[in-house]
Amino acid sequence: MKYKSQKIAYYFFAFSMLLLFLQICYGFVMGFARIGYDVLHEWIPFNEARTTHTNLLVVWLLSGFMGAAYYIIPEEGDRELEWPWLGMVQFWSLAVVAVTAVIGFHFSWWEGRKFLEIPRELDYLVVVNVLAFIANIGMTLYKSKRKTTTAGIIFFGLFAAALFYLPGMIDSDNQTIDSFFRWWVVHLWVEGVWELIMGGILSFLLIKLTGIDREVIEKWLYVIVGLTFLSGILGIGHHYYFIGTPNYWLWIGGFFSALEPLAFLGMAIFAITMSKKGGRNHPNMLALKWSLACSILSFVGAGFLGFAHTLPNINVWTHGTLVTGMHGHLAFWGAYASLVLAIITYALPQITGRKLFDTGIAEYAFWASNIGMVAMTTAFGVAGVAQVVLERRMGMDFLAVQTEIQPHFIGLLLAATLFTSGILAYIYVFVKSGLPRQDLGEIYDK
Amino acid sequence: MLSKNGAKYFFLIGTGFFFAIFLGLTYDSLKQVPKQTHEENLTPQVVRGKNLFDKSNCMGCHTILGEGAYYAPELTKVYETKGADWIKNMLTDPEAVYPGARKMRKYKFTEGEKDDLVAFLKWISEIETNGYPAKPVNQ
Repeated sequence: MKYKSQKIAYYFFAFSMLLLFLQICYGFVMGFARIGYDVLHEWIPFNEARTTHTNLLVVWLLSGFMGAAYYIIPEEGDRELEWPWLGMVQFWSLAVVAVTAVIGFHFSWWEGRKFLEIPRELDYLVVVNVLAFIANIGMTLYKSKRKTTTAGIIFFGLFAAALFYLPGMIDSDNQTIDSFFRWWVVHLWVEGVWELIMGGILSFLLIKLTGIDREVIEKWLYVIVGLTFLSGILGIGHHYYFIGTPNYWLWIGGFFSALEPLAFLGMAIFAITMSKKGGRNHPNMLALKWSLACSILSFVGAGFLGFAHTLPNINVWTHGTLVTGMHGHLAFWGAYASLVLAIITYALPQITGRKLFDTGIAEYAFWASNIGMVAMTTAFGVAGVAQVVLERRMGMDFLAVQTEIQPHFIGLLLAATLFTSGILAYIYVFVKSGLPRQDLGEIYDK
Repeated sequence: MLSKNGAKYFFLIGTGFFFAIFLGLTYDSLKQVPKQTHEENLTPQVVRGKNLFDKSNCMGCHTILGEGAYYAPELTKVYETKGADWIKNMLTDPEAVYPGARKMRKYKFTEGEKDDLVAFLKWISEIETNGYPAKPVNQ
């Protein structure tokens, strides 16, 4: 760790760990409900568990991105954060808003719009919070003498993410228009500007871990984020096939979203090539493994499995089934969850001064969580395809089909248990790494 | 070979170009949506139904226009396939309609609120959705 203010990242990372754990708990509530053990129905009905599960995901990833920015921006900009105190204020206010939202969900305090359920009053607080964050890292970069592409892309991604939160607050009595702008947030985040943040963080990690020339890495970063927007902006059309919008979205969405895997493929080839070419044998190989897992599984989960059901003639059968659940789990895990876990694996030893990346338990965390998530995705996939064939193609009753596919959810729960054991191992390593240290120094040169 | 500056312009120009097209298509879509969704039938009752639908977070279990969660049936055409009375029975006591099956939350809707929800689902069922949901192959 070169700068004192970088340790602010620790608090965001720790908060991410807590929310990830809670997210998994709600996942289990739903998994058990699906095999007939809806024992918490009176206290946590499915819609509360589901809303909490997905919103916790969004918040822990955002908290991870913010932590990553607080770590990377001072290092890239070669100076302390402009207002470290504001960083801490922003952290605590984020924590208060997030905890309030989660508690509120259990009292049906929500908007009921998928992914953007947090109530309007809290939306405004989120906006203020994010403005404070953007101002802090923006001013740090503005005043720094060293402007890097990596820092610029991360900043631009975070800034655009903040900007695209706003269309979600457009109200409409018309369900179609409501949905239309909801996708401006959700799609343009995860298949647009979040990929910028992802590319930026990955390129920071690759520069640090492989020792390859920054100019080479950053050139390809531009190409990849260029491909992201070239395909991703109009790729939003795959959400506009069947919601009451004009039918030209069928071919526009089909064509451009079929191109979307290219950016992820680029990201995977980029990470693999750079790590193979890298001359330096970095001590923290585990961080490199996480970075590679991120790039490869994002291609499989977001790119390939997204492509598998994105064409309109296929999507007309799969839209609104568990096939989407299959794609969603591996896409979020690959592209964003393992990205946050990669940057934590790299940055945490620097922040706390303890090197636990070489331990068996840290290695176990990597393999168990990744294999567990791939297995979960497979279970979702089998259940989803069975649902599409029986319910959508053959016309069987919804509930009858749900009974048919129940065994796959036992498989899902087993896979989720393996996954959870990996995440618990990861959290154990995090806790064991201790609190941020007071002195400065480069741990990887020792 | 592509230079870093060339890559930068590819990113900036590509993004600007496609975002401009997207804004144009958005403008056109917003002009066509009222017709395609029969906005003339969007009565205050339908709006009350929509607000109730959102407030109850029905999307937390069901899908509507294919969007939501996958724990409970798709509702886009439920008005057409099941009819108003059936929906109102379901909203009154789900367990009586499906004894022993997967549970739905039991809401305490008034008769007026049930009518609002039915009106909303009727309006939804009339949206022109480009062929979704598709009819099963053997029907």
